[in-house]
Parts: sequence; structure tokens; C-alpha cells
Amino acid sequence: MTENARGMFVDTSVCTGCKACQVACKQWNEIEPGAGPIPMTDEKAVVEHRAFTGDSYDNTGHLNAYDWRHVKFIEQIGPDRSTSDRTGARWLMMSDSCKHCEQAGCLEVCPTGALYRTQFGSVDIHQDVCIGCRYCVGACPFGVIEFNKNTGRVNKCILCQDRLEQGMSTACAKACPTSSLTYGKVDDLKRMAADRVRALHARGQTDAYIYGWDLGNSGTITAGPNKNAAVKDMEVVGGLNVFYLLMDKPEVYSLPSAPSLPQRNFAPSAGVSLISAAVLGVTGLAAFRRRRMTDAAVTAD
Amino acid sequence: MDLQHSDAVVFMGSNMAECHPVGFKWPMKAKARGATLIHVDPRFTRTSAMCDYYVPMRSGTDIVFLGALINYVITNNKYLEEYVKEFTNAATLINEGFKDTDDPGQDGFFSGYNPQTRAYERTTWQYQTDQAPVRVPEAPPGQTSEVREGQERPPSPLPGVGARPGQLGAGTIVGANFAELIANRLPGTPKVDKALQDKNSVFQILKRHYARYTPEMVEKICGTPKDLFLKVAETITANSGKDKTTAFVYAVGWTQHTTGVQLIRTAGILQALLGNIGRPGGGIMALRGHATIQGCTDIATLYNIHPGYLNTPNANANHDTLRDYILTETQPTSFWSNTPAYVISQLRAWFGDAGTPENDYLYDTLPKITADHSHLPIFVEMAEGKIKGMIVTGQNPATSINSSFQRKAMRNLDWMVVLDSYETETAAFWRDVVYNDVDGKRVSPKDIKTEIFFVPAAHIAEKDGSMTQTQRTVQWHDKAADPPGDARSDLFFWYDLGKRLKRRYASSTAPRDLAIRHMTLDYDPAPADVAEWKHKDEPSAFKIFTEINGFDWKTKAPLNSFASLTADGNTACGAWIYTGMLQVVQGQMVNRARMTPGKNDGWVSPNWGWAWPGNRHQLYNRASADAAGNPWSPRKKFTYWDAAARTWKNDSGEGIDFVLTKAPDAAANPRGIGVAFHSGAAPFLLKTDGKAWLFAPTGTSDGPLPTHYEPWESPVKNLLYKQDQNPITKIWNVEGNKYNEFAGNEFPTVITTYRLTEHHLSGVMSRWLPWLAELMPELFVEMSPEFAAEKGITNGEYVTVSSSRGKTHARALVTKRLRPFNLDGKVVHQVGMPWHWGYMGISTGDIANNTTALVADPNVSIHEGKAFTCKIEKGKV
Repeated sequence: MTENARGMFVDTSVCTGCKACQVACKQWNEIEPGAGPIPMTDEKAVVEHRAFTGDSYDNTGHLNAYDWRHVKFIEQIGPDRSTSDRTGARWLMMSDSCKHCEQAGCLEVCPTGALYRTQFGSVDIHQDVCIGCRYCVGACPFGVIEFNKNTGRVNKCILCQDRLEQGMSTACAKACPTSSLTYGKVDDLKRMAADRVRALHARGQTDAYIYGWDLGNSGTITAGPNKNAAVKDMEVVGGLNVFYLLMDKPEVYSLPSAPSLPQRNFAPSAGVSLISAAVLGVTGLAAFRRRRMTDAAVTAD
Repeated sequence: MDLQHSDAVVFMGSNMAECHPVGFKWPMKAKARGATLIHVDPRFTRTSAMCDYYVPMRSGTDIVFLGALINYVITNNKYLEEYVKEFTNAATLINEGFKDTDDPGQDGFFSGYNPQTRAYERTTWQYQTDQAPVRVPEAPPGQTSEVREGQERPPSPLPGVGARPGQLGAGTIVGANFAELIANRLPGTPKVDKALQDKNSVFQILKRHYARYTPEMVEKICGTPKDLFLKVAETITANSGKDKTTAFVYAVGWTQHTTGVQLIRTAGILQALLGNIGRPGGGIMALRGHATIQGCTDIATLYNIHPGYLNTPNANANHDTLRDYILTETQPTSFWSNTPAYVISQLRAWFGDAGTPENDYLYDTLPKITADHSHLPIFVEMAEGKIKGMIVTGQNPATSINSSFQRKAMRNLDWMVVLDSYETETAAFWRDVVYNDVDGKRVSPKDIKTEIFFVPAAHIAEKDGSMTQTQRTVQWHDKAADPPGDARSDLFFWYDLGKRLKRRYASSTAPRDLAIRHMTLDYDPAPADVAEWKHKDEPSAFKIFTEINGFDWKTKAPLNSFASLTADGNTACGAWIYTGMLQVVQGQMVNRARMTPGKNDGWVSPNWGWAWPGNRHQLYNRASADAAGNPWSPRKKFTYWDAAARTWKNDSGEGIDFVLTKAPDAAANPRGIGVAFHSGAAPFLLKTDGKAWLFAPTGTSDGPLPTHYEPWESPVKNLLYKQDQNPITKIWNVEGNKYNEFAGNEFPTVITTYRLTEHHLSGVMSRWLPWLAELMPELFVEMSPEFAAEKGITNGEYVTVSSSRGKTHARALVTKRLRPFNLDGKVVHQVGMPWHWGYMGISTGDIANNTTALVADPNVSIHEGKAFTCKIEKGKV
């Protein structure tokens, strides 16, 4: 990790799901409204073709080329709703985006160098270098990056590279009214995150832990279907520059508990290939040799 | 901001996280400091998600819940005794003849009810008092030592005005000594029993009144599990007292009921008992609906209030002359004893030099109200064809309460002007658009005679001005860009209209035109101020701001405090509560609304904008010290008495809401005018006895104590009293406004309407903006899985919500965040529907208010959109 790496700490325990981050992201990055699942560009189409997800208050469903930020709504309300237990009902909210991984699968597979590591440790895209091969789409373990049919290139959150260059924070963090999104130096954010987890644990909310770095915290989930399950901070794909404080298992937030990069399977498979090649080669040589010997024998006749 | 110091916060009638997301950071700060947050609501919302406890409750039963908390506090001796005895009217004795709702034969009525007029006569609700001071015979109006019998009075500068008593502008205040006149109206001192034992004491009446409001009753009426209710009771009592404070937060979830005013009063009583008013982290936070709705109330968008909460002259009150008006409106024993100065300064601001004592400052030219002229009755009159024209600004009645009724009513107008940034549903009500009127017919533009003028309006960033937010803080904003095209500020529209009217009537000699001819309308901008903008004739918002603040009439210097306002015409002031937002500091004029805090401004942040009155953020903050003037506890230290310096102090820079040098042990003066009538332990300056009113002898028309009545439309009968509904509810039995049968079978489901984070009000500031419209693309109705299963409804499909007024089509959003209520053995379902949609804009949808009714609280005419009944059917019916 670069010493000056910048990133964001996403504290889901204070997210109110207001979606201000979604709007700020689209506005700053000049993303056409509704170009994702809702074709807002065609007003008539909006009137006729509706995009009501019916999935709590979620409006985009997932991250895509037009929605670089997505607020997830997870309703955890058990069958017995008359209990006075504060853990009886939860509505988890989380503002998701590109994690700007330390080991970025997208960046590693990009054949043209369109995806690159910035001076801030984030992963940006040179749109003019992208050839739309989409290798990166499959290489991202989080399903963040998507092919943009309008431009023939890929898009994802670029951590507001242009704002960062001007010394500003990301647009989403700037708009967040509850400080669920905090922009800063990753080192500082890690300290902040560790403090926050400790504070929540002290309040009895032992379900809080960090997803993205192992800061040494561990606890027990106090509510929801995974009640009483143990959780602890986890470092994934070398660490995430945009990392999360979660209140339940990663899978609940549609985050992989053990993300891996497809290209990491390359070494073993390459080894197997080499061995196979060697075996085939030897076999082939032997075959040739046998033929030559036969030929020689014939000639000798 | 004060919420960050609360030890517990109860959100009730509010969905603060969704509807006030920015301000919500303060309770979240309190939570981070260890405070307990509680949300009481029919729906589990994004606010519930942030709270420690979510407490479900059926819409419209808040008084039972809060009344049971009052009962819990009294029966378990959890009230702050010194606060209750000294600072509230608990000890005051009420008239022997008072009969409560539970007394034999009362059946849910208080004494004084007149079934013919459907109104209360309040004599029996009054305090027992000592003998009032002897009255002195008063000289007839206009007769003073200077103007003797038979002598000509100084001529009025206006011809035909101020000639003779009884005529327009008869000079009824010439030579009037208001101090003397007010002193002559002093009442007797209220009788008290400090032991709180007298059966006629407020405390004992209160105790009896809420005795039947028990946790079991809460479970039966509200549907709230008893143990959960008790958890709330334990939490707030554990977090109140000398060392801790609890705050209540509400919004229109409390107001929009036929018992709205009483509902909020219940919380007031509870907080006064717990000693949580006037103290840091305490109080009742009224969250206002949008950016400057507080400012709109202060500067009079209400028909019955002039700027600064002065009552509009009323033909049904003794307001015939200026002298009558002032003497009727001036309370001799509260801070309102200064009313003469506020009224005359306001008239000076409105009419300038044309107003003189000899013509009663043109008071007689002001229109008087004759009845309830609020929104709902105006539309009823419009439906009856009594109203010819309407100017609509910042409102969208086409989507308002019983919206098909309101749209139909507008067809009776000859003309209508709509000022808005977009072509709203109201501006387009004539269009051939599909909407569900009761008769189900489309309306052809050919059948609508109304001539409509749509005037494009500038947005907030396209004009200068000030805003007053929810905690009364005034903030100035500068224009950032020219508005597009022809769009103009609202200010320009009214200013230009006013100037045109002045020209039109310039040569009129009719007395009725005097007000138009003489109103001061001098807000032309300085050329330098508009040099860089497209329009050079936009009026100066700052000049109006200056007039609201008030200034010395001769020197034109702004006034620093409302204490400098006078009743002699030497000061002009648009709204006394705002005096001081402009200040002269070391010869420099400072607009305090422009100020931003430095780093060391502290949590009160006295230098962040300016909070009326007198930069007091915490009203009645004298109550943050005990009767002797000492802080209740070091932790909750705020305003306190410095015995050595003989003055009240507040170390945070907060404005002190009390007479600075009045000692805590100062005795009440039965002959003192205004706050001099009160003792040094009477923090509530605006009350006639300086006390917080647990029992309200005046001010409410539907009872001195809040009492549970079911909503006008409810699926169940009132379990507490024989009387089901608020007996003096305002109702309109007119065509198109049929009410659902009370506790009937046709409309068995409880419904509430509400707002979402993603949209604003009727959507005019969000549904037209693509980035916002996509966040919540379509209207939905939230319902529990149990209810959906009963009706065979699946998530996402269309359903029809209907009432006797009309119907609304919406998607079903089936969620466990809603739950059925078990009410005394009967299962009642509750649904909820946001009201942001209409037929215009980018994201369109049906209008939730097609189903609501014209029915209102008797005190303030607010509708009951938060609790009524409906029928839900699968599919588009």
C-alpha cells in the first residue's frame, strides 16, 4: 500500500439510506440520470415503463456502469415482531461502490493499461485507452465494474480522481449527512474505524467489525438471522482502500467472505499445463523416435 | 443542535432520519455519547433503523400513549418535584365548577360544552384568583388632557380620515396611556396549594384525568405491547431529572390529526412534569416541513396571524378600533404586555408617515377576518362558487387533501395565477390528464372556464433572502446565478403587483383604497447591488429584511433589541421577534444572519446565524436553574443566577430568556404589569402566570387537558369514553367530501400518509429532477405480509386504495416493517402511502390525497392526513 493512499471508511451503522451519495456521485461525474435500469433520458419511457424494484427502498439493484454507487437495503425483521428486544428488527443500509483493492483484479488483467493505479492508491480508468475487452468485468470479485453499452468501454467508481487532484474529498463523502462515508488517508481511516468498532462494542453492539482490513477486532452478531455467529475483522484481496464497518456477515451485504481473483488460479494451472506439455512433448519425442527407429530399421533393410 | 446533549430522545410523529436527514446528525451524536434513542411509529422506518428501540403504535392513538406516560410519571413519583411545584401551574386551583371527562355524566366531555354551537364555554376552566385590583373609570377614547372637550384635534394629513370618533381612523389612541390602561386590567393573583393536595389543584385534576391511561389500555388502544411501553416509560424517567434530560422530537405525524394541538400539549405536560423544558438536551423539537416554513409562520403566511404572532384583526372580536384591538390583544401579566409597541411599530413600518396617532396609524384600513379562512374552508367556498380568483405560490392544491375536491373547486375560478418553477399539477389541472375523480370521468379542457396564468419562478439559489430554520435560526443566502428565461423571484412578483396596484388607485379618494395608496413600498435595489445580474428591477431583499428587523423612524438606524420598540410611532418594525438580527457594532452594521461560527463558538454556537428572539436558542432557559437560581446539576448547567453580580449568566454566550437582573427570590407583584407580575421563579415569560401550563384555562378550544378521541375515521370505537371523536372537530358535510362510516366495515384498514427522503412534498422540487426522480420512481403503498396474504396481494403488483372520497392506484410494497395490530382482541391492519406523486413531472403517479378528507383540528384547522381509514383491493379497480 502506498503511504499516501486515500480511501473511504464506510460506517454502515450510521447509514440512513438517504441516497444523497448516489445523487452526488452521478452529478459530479456527469452520469446521465437513470441510464441504468430506469431510462430517465426518455421521459415518455419513464411514464410508461416503470422501474420499481419492490426490493425495500433499493432503486438500482446493483452497481453498474451508470450507478457507481448503490445503497443496499436489507430488512431483517423476524417473524415475531412484538418483542421488545432491540435486536428484534433491523433495517441494514450500506452505501456500496468500488473498493479500490490493494490487489485489484481488474487492473491486473487489463491488457492495455487503461485501468491504472493512481497516485492516491485508487484504481482509475483511462477511458481513451480502454478497448472494451471486458476482461476486468470477470476479474472483479465484487461485481463492481461493468461494460457501458453506450460508450463501448467499462465504468466504475474512480474515487473522484479529478476532485482528489484538487485536494477535495470524494463527492459522495461530501454529501453524506451522517458521516457514514468518510474520505481520508487510509491509515487515518483505519484508526478511526478501529475506534468506532470499539465504541460500538462498548455500547453492546458487538456485531460491528471491519471488512477490508484486519484491525484485530472480533465480536458476536447480536441480531438478525446470524444472531450469535462470531465475526472478526477481515482483510480481503490485500486490503481495501474503501472499506466497511459491517453489522452482520459479509454475505448479508452481498459481499464475498473470501474474495479471490480469477487470475490467481493462473500459477497452478500454468504448472499443470507445463507438466502436461512436458509429458506430451516427451511422449511425442518418444513417438517420433520410435518412428525414426522403425524407419531406420526399414532403411537398414 | 441541542439534541446532542439529550440522554434519551423519543421520536414520535416524526421520521427524522428520512425527512430531516441533515439535522439527524445531532441525535446520532447524542447516541454516540450514550443516549438511548426511541422511535414510536406505526411503521418501522429508516429512523427506527437508527434507534435503540422501535415501538409500534396505531396511527392516531398518541394521546393514549403519552397520557399513559403521564400517568406512569405521576403514580410512580418520577416527576421533578421542585420544577413541577415552582415552574408549572400544578399548584394552581381551578374553578370549583370544573367537570372533567370522567366525572359522572360527562362521557368524555369537559364542562361548558354547548351541543347547539358544538363549542366550549370556558368559564369553569379558569383559575381561582384573589380579588382583582380595583378598576379606575377610564376616559373615552381620544379624550386626553391635550385634546379637551369641544377642542379641535390636530388635522390628519389624509383628507377624510380621522375626522370624528366612529369614523375611519378616529384617533382612538390619541393620548392613550397604555401602561395605565393595562394596569387597569390586571387580574387577581391565582390561588395555589403548594402541597399539591387540594382536589381542585391542577396536579390532582391531572392525576385523576389520566388515571385510566394505563399500560394495559395502551396495549388495547395503540396496539403497543405492554412491556415495550413500559420500556419507554422506564427509559425516559431514568433519563430525566436534575442530572439528565430527555427530548421529544415530532413533526406532522403529531400535528395532522383532529386532536393535533392537544396531542402536542400532552407531550408538553409530560416534559414539564419531568422537568425537561428550558434545559439543555430537553424540550420538544418541532421539526418544520421545509427550509423556511418557520420563517413563513413568523412572517405570516397564516390568515389569522400578522407578522410576529400578532392576531389579525377579527370582526368577531373586540377589534373595532386600534385602541380596542390593542387592549383586547395585550395580556396585562405576560411578556405580551408590550403588545402596544409591537402593533404601532408594525403599522409605522407598513404605512410610514401616512399613519399618525390622529388616524390610528391607518389601522382601520386593515382587512378584518370574519371566520376560518384557512386552506380547507377556502376550497369549500371555492367549490360553492364564492371565490373568483386565486394566486398560488409555493403550493400544489391539486394534490392536496381530498385532491379531487380541490381540483373540482378550482374549476369554479375565473382566473388563477400559479407561480412555480415547474408546471405543477395545479397549474395543469385543466389538462386532459387521467386522474381518479370520484365520478371517474376525465375532464375536458373545454369544460374548464378558469383562465390560468403560469408565472415561472426563480429557485432559491437564484435570489437573495433569508431563511429561518427549524430551531428559529435566521440565515442569509446570496443569489448565486440568474434564473433562466423569464423566471423571477416571488418577491419581484408581489412587489411589482403592489406597485401596479398603487398606480391603479393613486387618484382614488375611496377610504377603502387608503391602505394600497399609503403602504410603504420602497424596496428598489441600489444599482450596484444588481449590476452583475440580468434583471435590474428585482427588489432588495435586504431592505425588507431591514424593515422586519426594525429601525428608528427618524435616524433610520436599525434597532438592536425589541426592548427599544415604542408605542409612539418613533420606531418601525415589521416583526418584533426578529429585532436584533441587524446590529450596530462599533458603528458598523452587522447582518447577524450572515455570520458563520468560528472554531471556538461552543455547542450553542451563538455566532452561527441568529436565533429569534434575542439570539435565544433555548426558550425559557431560566428553567435550567432551580427555583433558587442554581444549576440543577453541574452536568446540566446552563443559565444560572450569579448572586454576587446580581444577574443571570450563561457561559455559552446564549441569550438569557428572562429579566436579567430579576432575582430568583423576587416576589410576585400583584400590581406589576407584564413580567413584573411574576415572581423570580416564573420562567415562562409568555404565559400570564409565568408558569408552564399543565392545565390550559385558555388557548385551546377543545379542552383544558388532552383527551383521547379516535380519529374522525377509525375502525374501532373509543375504549376510554362514550364520546368517540373529538366533539368539536371541524367537519365539512359538502358534496364530494363524504366521510367513511365510523367503525364501519367497508373501510376497515387504517392508513397514514407520509414523506420519503427521496422526494419533497408534492414532488415539485424532486419529481421534475431526473437524478432525484429515479431514486423513488413510483408510488407505492406499504403493507404487512399478513395483510397482503389476506388480500392475495403479491409484492410489486398494483393495488387500489380507496375511501369515500376517491381512489389511488399504487404498487404494493409488502414488508415486515409494517405489522397488524391486535386491539382488544380485534386485528386491525395498518398501511402507509407516501403522498409525493401527481400527474406532472418526470416521475408520475397517482395522488395519495385522492383518498383523504376535509376534516380538521378545531384549534388550527389542520387536516387528518395522518390517520384515516381505507379499503385496499388487489389490482387496478
